[in-house]
Amino acid sequence: MAEKKHTLSVLVENTPGALARIAGLFSGRGFNIDSLCVAETLDPTLSHLTLVTRGDELIIEQIIKQLRRLIDVYKVVDVTEEEEFVEREMALIKVRAEKETRAEVLRMCDIFRCKVVDVSPRTYTIEVTGPQSKLQAVIELLKPIGIKEIVRTGLIAMKREKKSV
Amino acid sequence: MTGAQMIVEALKREGVEVIFGYPGGAVIDIYDELYKTPEIKHVLVRHEQGAAHAADGYARSTGKVGVCLVTSGPGATNTVTGIATAYMDSIPVVILTGQVPTRLIGNDAFQEVDITGITRPCTKHNFLVKRTEDLPWVLKAAFHIARTGRPGPVLVDLPKDVQQGKAEFHWPEEIRLRSYQPVYDPHPRQVERAYRLLESSTRPVVLVGGGVIASGAHEELLELAERLHLPVTMTLMGLGGFPGTHPQSLGMLGMHGTYYANMAVANSDLILAVGARFDDRVTGKVDAFAPMAKIIHIDIDPTSIQKNVRVDVPIVGDCKRALEKLLQIVKEVGRPEKIWREQFKDWWEQIEIWKKRYPLTYKQDPEYIKPQFVIEKLYELTRGEAIVATEVGQNQMWTAQYYKFDRPRTLITSGGLGTMGFGFPAAIGAQMGNPGKLVIDVAGDGSIQMNIQEMATAMEQGLPIKVIILNNGYLGMVRQWQELFYERRYSAVKFQVLPDFVKLAEAYGALGLRATRPEEVEPVLKQALESDRLTLVDIHIAPEEGVFPMVPAGRATTEMILV
Repeated sequence: MAEKKHTLSVLVENTPGALARIAGLFSGRGFNIDSLCVAETLDPTLSHLTLVTRGDELIIEQIIKQLRRLIDVYKVVDVTEEEEFVEREMALIKVRAEKETRAEVLRMCDIFRCKVVDVSPRTYTIEVTGPQSKLQAVIELLKPIGIKEIVRTGLIAMKREKKSV
Repeated sequence: MTGAQMIVEALKREGVEVIFGYPGGAVIDIYDELYKTPEIKHVLVRHEQGAAHAADGYARSTGKVGVCLVTSGPGATNTVTGIATAYMDSIPVVILTGQVPTRLIGNDAFQEVDITGITRPCTKHNFLVKRTEDLPWVLKAAFHIARTGRPGPVLVDLPKDVQQGKAEFHWPEEIRLRSYQPVYDPHPRQVERAYRLLESSTRPVVLVGGGVIASGAHEELLELAERLHLPVTMTLMGLGGFPGTHPQSLGMLGMHGTYYANMAVANSDLILAVGARFDDRVTGKVDAFAPMAKIIHIDIDPTSIQKNVRVDVPIVGDCKRALEKLLQIVKEVGRPEKIWREQFKDWWEQIEIWKKRYPLTYKQDPEYIKPQFVIEKLYELTRGEAIVATEVGQNQMWTAQYYKFDRPRTLITSGGLGTMGFGFPAAIGAQMGNPGKLVIDVAGDGSIQMNIQEMATAMEQGLPIKVIILNNGYLGMVRQWQELFYERRYSAVKFQVLPDFVKLAEAYGALGLRATRPEEVEPVLKQALESDRLTLVDIHIAPEEGVFPMVPAGRATTEMILV
């Protein structure tokens, strides 16, 4: 069976140890985590967690069931299985910006609608937001110029509302 | 009310009658309250592992939640094997551990250990209580989680200042956890599909697991099996879930299962699995497991379904309710019993051929005592009415094969984790929960030494447990593997020194007996069964006797070594 990337949206009780239980579940049962993003929801007693993982159908089924089995987990949705969803990730990229490349970097920012959030004599720090494909494209284009450092948030995702009336 | 008072009050309200424990600095306040609470019996063990196993044995034999109380640090870590044992077999236990005061947590304080961290992967859930006022709710939740859904151990870590703090006691009569809502009622359409599969099958087998015992579904199972005339096989954990003496019983399946049970499963066209989880000891090589069979799988835990084998009809729910529903359909459709019998006639004929070809058997010996013979005699003399705990290894498998368990909660054994040293403390728990009944621990000379210190506990409580040591001077199961698969290189399995078990028994004030020849077995067992105090029987068995049939690990269940 083909391995596929899945984005899981998980609501958990905002209690100490909940995140450790989830991380422990993945390491203990040999599942992969590509990225993990956690923050409070509108309801402060619940945290929202977006988790990107990989596996064939049976593994993903096990992962979802095992997550649901944790007492602290309130809800698990496989966003990848939803018809339409929005995915976003943000990266901060510190890129070398010498005299001869400064203009090039800015032009790239413009094309990809990135923001320059910090400037030093020899670097720009760029904020880029979008689906992972866009982040990947920006990174690939900036690499030849010289990336000094990257920090990425990991993916977050949300199901789209139905648009029909 | 102080926290310690609240804890004891909560235990009372949960109906706790007995606690197995060991005191220490971090739980003195709770022990001080227990001192004033005669209605809760405290059993002082000799090692905290014994407390955890005893609470487990109490739970397995009574169906109630077992409770264990220990101090922080080493007290807590000593229970971990017991917790993992209960977790693997889905046994409801609540473990209360003391903890250093909250302000010292994370400080590497004296006898501090992160027990919630350590036990996270081997508990159903655990709690670290940080405020005294949270105690009633947390304890209520702990018992609720332990006994509902797929049962399991729940640990509650209790810092000393939380025990000493004061707050008002608000007991929640009902508890509802939004994130924990186990599904009990099966999906009706799935049960209908299951029924249709049964109707169209010609070679069905019912596979009974521990879930039948946990949910108390044995009566429904018996009714269904008899009405439809289905062959029934059991996992180790399922023994007693269906009467072992019933003509439709094929006995245990799997690595040391009967030839006919494994052959029936391998050749079946339909498996109705009830509360079993298709463990590797049951399936053997998974790819070769029951290749022609469709599988109906009833389990309360969705993660068990489709984990190891593909399932055609998953039924998530309580085994008892699912079987009730299935029986209801059987009755509504009202197919005459004759038709069912007719449908499975050829299948039963085939099974009878397998039964005759390789029955469960062993060779008697005029000189050496055969362990199988000991278990058969034990079965005969107790008329199958004892609660039998086992240790782990050959003693466990011989007991599973030759003691015919007719009723649920009469075999107390560590199935999933395979914990040596489990049986004796578990027998203590079982005897505490079943004061009038005969409780036996079948042991090996290896495993009995793993928790032998609990003899003092059993003596102190006046428990007339009978410990039958099948003494071959070896760690027999490992020796058997070395004999069969490692060209008899007996590495580290021969004990150069064994205690004199008779004298050891006497040293504790117990009765010690010994049998070294076949003709001594019956009189010695009789004498043991008549004894009214703790009795240790040292039976010297044929040293190199093996457990057969055997499916080598990782092989198809049809590739049995029969001997």
